Amino acid sequence: MLPLFWLRVALSLYGVGLLYALASFVGGRKVLTRITLPAVGLGMVFQFVSLVENAMSNETWTPTSMHGMESLLAFVLMVFFFVIYARYRATSPGLAVFPLVFWLTFSASSYAEPTEPSAPLFVSAQWIYIHVALILIGYSALFFSFIASILYLIQERNLKSKAGMSGIWSRLPALATIDEIGFKTLIWGFPFMTLGLISGSIVAEARFGSKYFADPKILLSVAMWVVYMVLLYTRWSAGWRGRRAAYLATFAFGAAVLAWAANNFSQTHRFIAP
Amino acid sequence: MNFHVIGVNHNSAPLEVRERLAVSESQLPDAIRSLVQLPGVDEGMVLSTCNRVEVLTSTKQGADLRRFLGEYFRLSADALNGHIYEFQQREAVRHIFRVAASLDSMVVGEPQILGQVKEAYAVARGLGAVHSSLEALLSRAFAVAKRVRSETAIGGFSVSIASVAVQLAEKIFGSLDNKTVYLVGAGEMAELAARHLVAHGAKDVIISNRTHARAVELAESFGGRTVPFDQLYETADHADIILTSTGAAEPIFRREHGERLLKGRRNRPVFFIDIAVPRNVHPDVNRLDGIFVYDVDDLKAVASDNSAERRKEAERAEKIIELEVDRFALRMKSLAVVPTILSLQEYCETIRQAEIDRIRGRLGSITPEQEAAIEAMTRGIINKLLHTPITTLKSSTDHPEAATIHEMIRRIFNLNSKPKE
Repeated sequence: MLPLFWLRVALSLYGVGLLYALASFVGGRKVLTRITLPAVGLGMVFQFVSLVENAMSNETWTPTSMHGMESLLAFVLMVFFFVIYARYRATSPGLAVFPLVFWLTFSASSYAEPTEPSAPLFVSAQWIYIHVALILIGYSALFFSFIASILYLIQERNLKSKAGMSGIWSRLPALATIDEIGFKTLIWGFPFMTLGLISGSIVAEARFGSKYFADPKILLSVAMWVVYMVLLYTRWSAGWRGRRAAYLATFAFGAAVLAWAANNFSQTHRFIAP
Repeated sequence: MNFHVIGVNHNSAPLEVRERLAVSESQLPDAIRSLVQLPGVDEGMVLSTCNRVEVLTSTKQGADLRRFLGEYFRLSADALNGHIYEFQQREAVRHIFRVAASLDSMVVGEPQILGQVKEAYAVARGLGAVHSSLEALLSRAFAVAKRVRSETAIGGFSVSIASVAVQLAEKIFGSLDNKTVYLVGAGEMAELAARHLVAHGAKDVIISNRTHARAVELAESFGGRTVPFDQLYETADHADIILTSTGAAEPIFRREHGERLLKGRRNRPVFFIDIAVPRNVHPDVNRLDGIFVYDVDDLKAVASDNSAERRKEAERAEKIIELEVDRFALRMKSLAVVPTILSLQEYCETIRQAEIDRIRGRLGSITPEQEAAIEAMTRGIINKLLHTPITTLKSSTDHPEAATIHEMIRRIFNLNSKPKE
């Protein structure tokens, strides 16, 4: 299977990113610094190839399995990483992004695809496609905002402890830059997340009627969205940063992870329809 | 004479101890007067900066400077124990040279310390507390500092407190563009730091000082604006960076002020650079989320990240200091024989005058030319006789038995007995 092959190539390239992240914590990432960005960039390209081939063989752009979804999310995360890198020259988010992307890609590539070329789709494929794209962008934005709030906390501690200009955290971007990354991803992610949920509701409404709302996945998603909004609001009105913002972001992110995982026990939200 | 220095600095004592010993500008004359009244102290000066408090004296038989510190600052011996250093003679000379040359500074090579030593010297000199030996020591120290600055690159590393402050501000704000700096207190050090911040992009400078005229003067040179000191708290939330350097005995910014500041700024971060000793910002303020307080000791810790090159230059500077200490010690020793040479000359001159007076009657009337010839001849005899003892005295100053030779000559010519009158 060609898509799987490309995915595995991408995975080995993402492995460099993983090594980079791990090496950062033991202090020696000098050699890796130069090769990491080209490696993960190339990995991203192969992942894209894999996604396209997969879509062509399945005759739909919408991922038809959990693994397809993981691969797509990993790809969107990498796109986010490079957009932020292009804007702020900050590689620090990679410390969290690379391991996650590796894990997602690993999971996506380690199982033989259950070939179900034409999973029965009950609603218009376009709607599902829009829903998935929006939600994944929203998830990625939330994840980056979460990473930024953690990095903010670390940098704040670092500055408060007066550790100076050395140590493993000394290469973090300036506090204001981390803050901006966190806030901008939050703002950019919010419309995607909102529209993603709305499009999802439209799909579900058409498919199941109003009872869809009682599903754990839906409830978790709505809860996540509410926390997301609170996060934006407190930041916007009271300028919450640092510890309080990090707690909220952790909470929102936790809800997002649960919502993602809820596919496994959700009645209404399956990639492969029952 | 005996040089004796006692003090605390950023290495020997924590900020809490230095704060208790700090002598304000207005208090300085009183401290110097109390010092020179101490039994045994001939000359004395007091140096008090953010990073050090030192008492330098010249004594005949030594003096109990430890007790002076304890009594003057009302501190128990225990409070000072372990924090104080004390140097005598050659070590004291070396210490003063190193301080003036900025080798003992928190940020080695920073230029302000020389000015501070000069100022302390000027105050003590104005009070008549520095006149002979200390005068010689200090003027030599200034020359040595100048030599170190011109012969090594130590001053070239502009890693001063000010540039460390800039680095930290950039760690917090990313760039200083369009940031506002608030100067609370308008000392020279604050001015320097503010200039650095402005040079790196900071846009607005607000100045508040107890002496408003000084604030106005500084504001003109920065193109900044001034705020009366009593409106400090209302206006502080405009600032991203607050640089405090007042001589206030109690902290000006406490936790409640920090909370108010954050509210006014909607939690945008604030960077306090507190270069005052005692501190102007209470340590509790640093506990608030979004406020970063760095006092002088913290800045030091950041600055101590020395490069190898800087260490090399410091070593060269230390060598210069060592040479200069030797040279000064030699000079002090030769200064010690000067009184002997003078009294030797005086002693012989008295004899010569007496002998001339004695024979004048017997000579009858002589022409002025003859009188001049007698003068010249007697002077010539004395000078020839004294030539060897005087050159021996001068050249033996670094001889191991210099003191013995010195004493021997005094005894031979009976210089120790009081002149009869």
